[in-house]
Amino acid sequence: MSASNSILHVNQLDAWFGNFHALKNISVDVKDHDVMALIGPSGCGKSTFIRCLNRLHEEIEGAKVSGDVFLEGQNIYGPGKDPVVIRRRIGMVFQKPNPFPGLSIYDNVAIGLKLGGMRDRHQVEEHVHQALCGAALWDEVKDKLKRPGTSLSGGQQQRLCIARALAVQPPVLLMDEPTSALDPISTGRIEELIQQLKATITVIIVTHNMQQAARIANRTAYFLLGEMVEVGQTQQIFEAPVDTRTRDYVTGQFG
Amino acid sequence: MDFAYRRRKFVNLVSLAGIFGLAVLAAVPFFVVSVFVLDKGLGAISWDFFTQLPKGPGEEGGGMANAIVGSAIMVGLAAVLSIPWGLAAGIFMSEYGDSRTARCLRFTTDLLASTPSIVVGIFVCGLIVVYTGFSAWAGAAALTVIMLPIVARTSEEMLKLVPDHVREAGLALGLPRWKVIVRLVLPAAKSGVITGLMLALARVAGETAPLLFTALGNNYHSESLNQPTASLPVQVYNYAMSPFEEMQQQAWAGALVLVLFVVVINLSTRLLLRSKQGWSS
Repeated sequence: MSASNSILHVNQLDAWFGNFHALKNISVDVKDHDVMALIGPSGCGKSTFIRCLNRLHEEIEGAKVSGDVFLEGQNIYGPGKDPVVIRRRIGMVFQKPNPFPGLSIYDNVAIGLKLGGMRDRHQVEEHVHQALCGAALWDEVKDKLKRPGTSLSGGQQQRLCIARALAVQPPVLLMDEPTSALDPISTGRIEELIQQLKATITVIIVTHNMQQAARIANRTAYFLLGEMVEVGQTQQIFEAPVDTRTRDYVTGQFG
Repeated sequence: MDFAYRRRKFVNLVSLAGIFGLAVLAAVPFFVVSVFVLDKGLGAISWDFFTQLPKGPGEEGGGMANAIVGSAIMVGLAAVLSIPWGLAAGIFMSEYGDSRTARCLRFTTDLLASTPSIVVGIFVCGLIVVYTGFSAWAGAAALTVIMLPIVARTSEEMLKLVPDHVREAGLALGLPRWKVIVRLVLPAAKSGVITGLMLALARVAGETAPLLFTALGNNYHSESLNQPTASLPVQVYNYAMSPFEEMQQQAWAGALVLVLFVVVINLSTRLLLRSKQGWSS
């Protein structure tokens, strides 16, 4: 089933918080350079799902996962797999911009490289420069790299967090409602950025905003009560959903 | 309606005046103590007080250099022993704090923190002094026992104030947990943790009871850490009990130095906090 150009293959994934069954038997394929949007009402498991893809879900007390997730052909839940190694191959951007407090703009981006063992200062500088350019932030911050990351505006902070994730050059980027705390202009910038990112990496983005999904994603998955109800080309999901539950949601008749 | 409105305004005014008055009253004891100690002690404070050894009973002059040095040594030793230890405990309780072990630890630490300091003194006396005699080591050990739970609990609380999203962002970058704690969480909590450490220092610097039967006291400078050692609080206690006027004067001066030390520690902590701003949001 795993096609040759599929970068992420999820097979029968289940997740729990204590006794609460948060994700039920999810199987899906994500292709290289896809932008996949995950939509669905609050509490439907979208965030939990992407947190299972970088093994962050298990950091929560009482959380459990079963099933397989193949990243670049390797099962990240396989025996002896180290979550720390996996997370270097799959970046994450959170709902609220969360630059590291007390670190400069430069260090916020460099820290993943430095603590990941990159010693050569020029190499670090180059990666930071690339990442900030990649996050469309370089021009705005190039003259104040020593200022605290928290001194930037909300939208800039979020792009800083994107740069931080990009710096370690992961092939996949997870985004958990990255624009829900931002104003429309900052949101537009980030959407533009995602369009550019798909040339080099794969993006999986959780969003509450269906227009956003329609604008940026080539594939969309609809989650409801822990199930992945339907997944397909974005246009098909919005214009010709197969499942009636999907149709109710995308046409705004969800009750 | 007009009556109800005026009644509400009146009740509001009376309540506000009440809590304001009580708040001011709460600050009064400190000022009374300071003024009192300043008034009595300032006269006996001189350069000699910091550099000279005590004179015999009834003699003029002399100082408490031995006590100041002794206090500095024992408080310093206690800091060196308790800060890394307590910080490690604080990190464990904050970052791995949901386990049963951590909950037990937290409870035990709280009990230790509220153990009367005289009990700590007797404990160290029975554990160390009985075998090796009075010494700076024994005094420092007693102060360490008192400082340890304060350091552990305050650093735990300060670390817990660091929002979880900092930890998640670090983990999501593929950093091992210990690096996330040491390089991201701890620096974010730095100013709070340092405040806690300073306040713990200020607290033990004034402790008398745990030093009474551990370091005992000494009228001269101690030649080694294995000898009885003078400390400011114990010397103040001894001199205040003395029938000689000169010694009582010296006790007031010692008390003043202790109060000043606490004030200076608190002020410098404030300044430190102001220059180091915390995280936003």
